[in-house]
Amino acid sequence: MEPIVQYKNIHKSFGDTHVLKGIDLDIYPGEKIAIIGPSGSGKTTIIRLLMTLEEPTDGDIYVAGKNLWKVERKGKMVPAKEKQLADVRKDIGMVFQHFNLFPHKTILDNCAMPLINVKKMKKGEAREMSKQMLDRVGLGDKYDAYPANLSGGQKQRVAMARALVMKPKIMLFDEVTSALDPELVGEVLEVIRDLAENDEMAMVLVTHEMDFALEIADRVLFLDEGVIAESGPADEVINKSDNPRLQGFLKRFRA
Amino acid sequence: MSYWSWETFMDALPIIITGLNVTLGLTVASFLLALAAGFVWLILESTPVKAFNFIVYWIREFIRSTPPIVQIFFLYFAWPMVPYVGTSFTPFVAAMLALGIHFSTYISEVYRSGIDSVDKGQWEAATALNFSVKDKWLTIVLPQAIPPTVPMLGNYLIILFKEVPLAATIGVVGILSIARSYGAQTWSYLEPLTIVALLFLMLSYPSALLVRALEKKMNRRFDKKKMKVKVTE
Repeated sequence: MEPIVQYKNIHKSFGDTHVLKGIDLDIYPGEKIAIIGPSGSGKTTIIRLLMTLEEPTDGDIYVAGKNLWKVERKGKMVPAKEKQLADVRKDIGMVFQHFNLFPHKTILDNCAMPLINVKKMKKGEAREMSKQMLDRVGLGDKYDAYPANLSGGQKQRVAMARALVMKPKIMLFDEVTSALDPELVGEVLEVIRDLAENDEMAMVLVTHEMDFALEIADRVLFLDEGVIAESGPADEVINKSDNPRLQGFLKRFRA
Repeated sequence: MSYWSWETFMDALPIIITGLNVTLGLTVASFLLALAAGFVWLILESTPVKAFNFIVYWIREFIRSTPPIVQIFFLYFAWPMVPYVGTSFTPFVAAMLALGIHFSTYISEVYRSGIDSVDKGQWEAATALNFSVKDKWLTIVLPQAIPPTVPMLGNYLIILFKEVPLAATIGVVGILSIARSYGAQTWSYLEPLTIVALLFLMLSYPSALLVRALEKKMNRRFDKKKMKVKVTE
């Protein structure tokens, strides 16, 4: 099977800080990947690059075989235009740590607006699809609520519905439970679990929920100081690795 | 010496009020120009060409740091003498251009603050959902950026209104000019100029109250949301 996403020797610096130091990574269709690692190790940056929120300093990312950031013109690789980025973004969705719902729209409009504006869907059809997706994440009784009137867990479920309704082939989760009160984490993980079990799309989760990673991920990546230090089946990386840095990280994490 | 005369007051009042058309017209025209030109500054200052943005920034800074009356004089007296582009304006148009452009430099700062108040995450979510640049601005950013700026814009409208009598210096016949010629003809300045002051007070003060109410409403709107969140969490 061909990978749907390929990172080739990706580097990323912010000013003098060299965050990613040569990332090579293949993501296969339908694969569920968890990225773990200490804060500042560049976990979030990896998925932000794929979402086109950051541009790599060096290296190439391919999505379905197409170079994401560059295009060939007259034999040279030049930066891609917005049109090419938009074309690739169609297949990628993202859920953020801080939800980033649109506060001036009802939650139904939060979901329906991208369908209407981006996918040029008819209003009625867009609202119908959005309702189904909100029902799926357990918010069928909140269509007309505004984000400010929801709890953190509810907001994050809306954010997932909003990303899902666009039918991405790859879904990125950026520490989606980190900003939540502990008692609200479960309801969000429940939705992700449902997706992991019943959905065909590839999922990449940046997470601090080790047990959850162990439960749903096909593969776990341990990111340390800007490189992928460990990669393999979840159980092997989390429970059986003898990498001292990883063991140190897990110990500190579980303490 | 003559003292206060109600007779003069009642005589001057209807005459001076006829000038409100021009005074208010100039205020509205200048303000609309300022609102539009404020956007133009924003766009000119965020082109991909850094050097160009830098030049525009200093032009704007220059206009903002120069007194409006100098700009009114420049446009009315000096502009017609500028080679190639120079052309003469009527007093009304010269005053409207000068005040409108002068205030646009402030208004663009207000817009900037409104846009900066929109969380970076809103842009990122819009990108992640693949919104076009146009849709990002029109459906996500501006609807959130504009409401908080309304009270500030209102304040600038009131300040602009009080600068409009400067136009009298180049012969725009608003309430101040009429009051002055009334004084010159009758040798009573006290009543007509008092009327001018009262008219300004009567128009500015309620507007200021309205702006304050708007300001409170904006603040309360956010409070209410915060409170509701607490209740549900």
